[in-house]
Amino acid sequence: MTLLSVQNLHAYYRTEAYGISRTVRAVDGVSFDLFPNEIYGVAGESSCGKTTLIKVISGSIKHPLKAFEGSVNYNFGDYKVDMLQISQSELRRNVRWKRISYVMQGSMSVLNPVRKVIKTFEDIVDTHEHITDKNEFLQRTRTHVNRLGLPTDVLNAYPHQLSGGMRQRVAIALATVFQPALIIADEPTTALDVVVQRGVLHMIKDIQAKSNNTVLLVTHDMAVHANVADRVMIMYAGRIAEEAPTESIFNAPLHPYTQHLINSLPVIGEKSTKASLKGSPPNLADPPSGCRFHPRCPYVMDECRTVAPDLISVKERHRVACHLVKEGSQ
Amino acid sequence: MLKVLRDLLRYDGRFRLAIILLGGVVAMVLLSYDSPYDPGKSFVVPWDLPPSREHLFGTTSRGQDLFWWLTFAVRNSLYLGIVTAIISRVISVLVGLTAGYRGGWIDRVLMAISDTFVVLPLLPILILLSFLLRDSMNLLNLAIILGLFGWSFDARLIRSQVLSLRERSFTRTAIYSGTSGFWITINEHLPFVLPIVFATTLNNILWSIGMEVTLSVLGLSDLTTPTLGTALFWANQHGALVAGVWWWITAPAVVTAILFLGLYLLFTSINEFIDPRTRLRLIGG
Amino acid sequence: MSANEKLLDVQHVTVEFHIGGLLAGTLLTAVNDVSFSLESDKPEIFTLAGESGSGKTTLSRLLLRDLEPTRGKVLFEGRDVSTIRKRAEFIEFMKQVQPVFQNPFDTFSPLRRVDAYLFDTVKNFRMASNRRDAARVVDNALRNVGLSLDEVKQRYPHELSGGQIQRVSVARALISEPKLILADEPVSMVDASLRMEIVNLFKKLRDEQGVSVLYITHDLATAYYISDRIGIMLRGYVVESGPVEDVLERPAHPYTQLLKESVPEPAPEKRESWAKHIELGTTEVKEYGRIGCKFAGRCPQVMDICREADPPDIQVGRQTVKCYLYAEHVETPQAGAQP
Repeated sequence: MTLLSVQNLHAYYRTEAYGISRTVRAVDGVSFDLFPNEIYGVAGESSCGKTTLIKVISGSIKHPLKAFEGSVNYNFGDYKVDMLQISQSELRRNVRWKRISYVMQGSMSVLNPVRKVIKTFEDIVDTHEHITDKNEFLQRTRTHVNRLGLPTDVLNAYPHQLSGGMRQRVAIALATVFQPALIIADEPTTALDVVVQRGVLHMIKDIQAKSNNTVLLVTHDMAVHANVADRVMIMYAGRIAEEAPTESIFNAPLHPYTQHLINSLPVIGEKSTKASLKGSPPNLADPPSGCRFHPRCPYVMDECRTVAPDLISVKERHRVACHLVKEGSQ
Repeated sequence: MLKVLRDLLRYDGRFRLAIILLGGVVAMVLLSYDSPYDPGKSFVVPWDLPPSREHLFGTTSRGQDLFWWLTFAVRNSLYLGIVTAIISRVISVLVGLTAGYRGGWIDRVLMAISDTFVVLPLLPILILLSFLLRDSMNLLNLAIILGLFGWSFDARLIRSQVLSLRERSFTRTAIYSGTSGFWITINEHLPFVLPIVFATTLNNILWSIGMEVTLSVLGLSDLTTPTLGTALFWANQHGALVAGVWWWITAPAVVTAILFLGLYLLFTSINEFIDPRTRLRLIGG
Repeated sequence: MSANEKLLDVQHVTVEFHIGGLLAGTLLTAVNDVSFSLESDKPEIFTLAGESGSGKTTLSRLLLRDLEPTRGKVLFEGRDVSTIRKRAEFIEFMKQVQPVFQNPFDTFSPLRRVDAYLFDTVKNFRMASNRRDAARVVDNALRNVGLSLDEVKQRYPHELSGGQIQRVSVARALISEPKLILADEPVSMVDASLRMEIVNLFKKLRDEQGVSVLYITHDLATAYYISDRIGIMLRGYVVESGPVEDVLERPAHPYTQLLKESVPEPAPEKRESWAKHIELGTTEVKEYGRIGCKFAGRCPQVMDICREADPPDIQVGRQTVKCYLYAEHVETPQAGAQP
């Protein structure tokens, strides 16, 4: 049973000002599925479209962003959602925090800086189920927070009194209060120190292991995916370049871009020179023709400049969009 | 520059409307140089005539053609507004940039002066000054006095902006590029400060014209100089509304409204255009 | 400058801040008795690594003369930098020591064109006498980093990618032909896969142009890749320092071991050690105020003596370690060494 099915999604930003019309094709033909009980990683450089993808699948589609084609369908078992048709009020009442929750880079956006942490918990819980018994709520929240490895006194602190890593973990605690079926984490550890990052990611893994839900983890850092994700999807210029289980992605990456993403990471113990990819991420308002990666690809062929490769299955659960790889060839 | 104006004209309806309204106002100002009547003279035409082909806005109880008299009024009021704005903007920018960037005792002294001006009650002081300087309270002196009172609030705004800009990385980049403090203020900080200055300039112009109207209606300014304010004073003096000379009140009021509305639309549209952040946001930068 | 003068000599520098009000504040020692030096005859890349709150940023601001040390001295080419008062002397200093900042999108004003800063640098440091020569100097500096004046001319920061802006930032720093570049987290805000282009650039500067780099980062992987020597900082102290291969392949201090273990590797088969559970601290101030070793609260090998007084610096092989585990030459197996 699929939790989420995204089919052929096209979502663009269209702006018009002072006579200049611009269409940014941030998500340009993306199809993938999410299953229950897995950690699904989405990798790619900034401005590859992964943040837009997250916005669309979590229902934050606001002008100038618009989904022009495709479908985004959730199946929560007893409850199905068509994310492109659902109303904002329905989203607020039944979906956000309860079935889908969101952890972003920079937890300050979800923590109210002028209120104690416990108050933010109260606000969120109250909008979804009116708190009748205050003590019971406090007890429940303390248990929840402790179970996640956080000391109870964070609840009585103001956000600025906590360190960045602690704030992020509190944001995760907030996101899991209703045990949602899907947690979307968008660069949750990017600005954090390496030890703190480890703690935050451990927390996410523990939560997933205990509640068997699904985590969609978006980050540009392949090393994080290697240690956390079950499956990884590589996005480039609004399209999927490759998608496979983590071991396959790292042991036998098929797409040249995936290979580069992995090879460009320095490793302690290896002093050999690492090359950087030439060129820079493409402009999504004016992407290259054919395969969008062709200007930077070390194996570029003539076909790549004119024809965009289809995303094909090369073996079970491994898909790649590259002219170098023929269907079923692996 | 021309491209900017052309873009604004083509795509911003408010700008187009502003140009039309202010075009009318500027036309009146230009016409004042060609006026067949001297505004200082009275009883040059029959009095209390309603608007007609010969006297566009009618005539006043003092035998003056209202339209031609108002061309001078608009010119003088606009002159007052602009001179006041220039004086107060220049002072506020200088004070704000210096206090913000230098800090220390310079900052404290400048802000103490600024705060003093903020709390001084303007209207009573103006009234007092106009009593004392009755004869030499011409338009230029009034503009200078208003300019000296109109800078303090904005100076503090600008200073706060500079305080935060000082901490940004690009200020440090400029320091390490060998740029002196003065040029850092001009090249790095001023472009951020200008939108504030521009936005409050409109406020300042409207405020000063309004102050002048207040003083004139109370009879405290040089009443022989035609301005939008003295127009209302004289109309009131002769009981225009009661006497049925409605055009004497309506015409200055309508012209004032057109001037204010035109300035407002002009400033809002230009400000939105030059503020790079809104511009960036709109074109998706 | 005599032959055995050091390029940069940081001598027992301490920086204290007063936080809180005048009456009831506390003293925060951001940098505590730190000493290190860089030779002038041998260009090298020296890394100061640590997490946030380690003091590395305070130290970099100190070296750029944003702050004064509470105690200790910083000597550049033999001269105490706090004695630089006149503007002309400061300009000379800046020509030799240039920074590269962390946030590419704040390094240049979003309202100014990027090449303007390069031309400003040329003019202020008198690297050319006319506009045409200046353009040549700027173009050369940009080519040095893999760009050109044509690509960057008249561009605003938002028209370039983060990696490109960082390269421009390095180019600007190179215009005055400095001896030392202070790079404060230059790649932490750049995508992981794009960091190589900047980091390789620093290697090139050291190898081909004799420029030394003081590289401040929390990313141990890039530090390993380019540094010659490294100093690990924790709460104001340098807890371990030495050649980078020794410190990062065979870390002696438990904190360095923790840091190394926490760096995720892009290899799923190596998940196990990274997946081991760890304790995270709550607030930074608590650890600062601790008596004795600052790591005692989370150290898996803590002993009673650790909580009593600051550990001394002990030489272990080619590394210097501030840890009681190595006192009196106790033979403790170092973690990370393959049996």
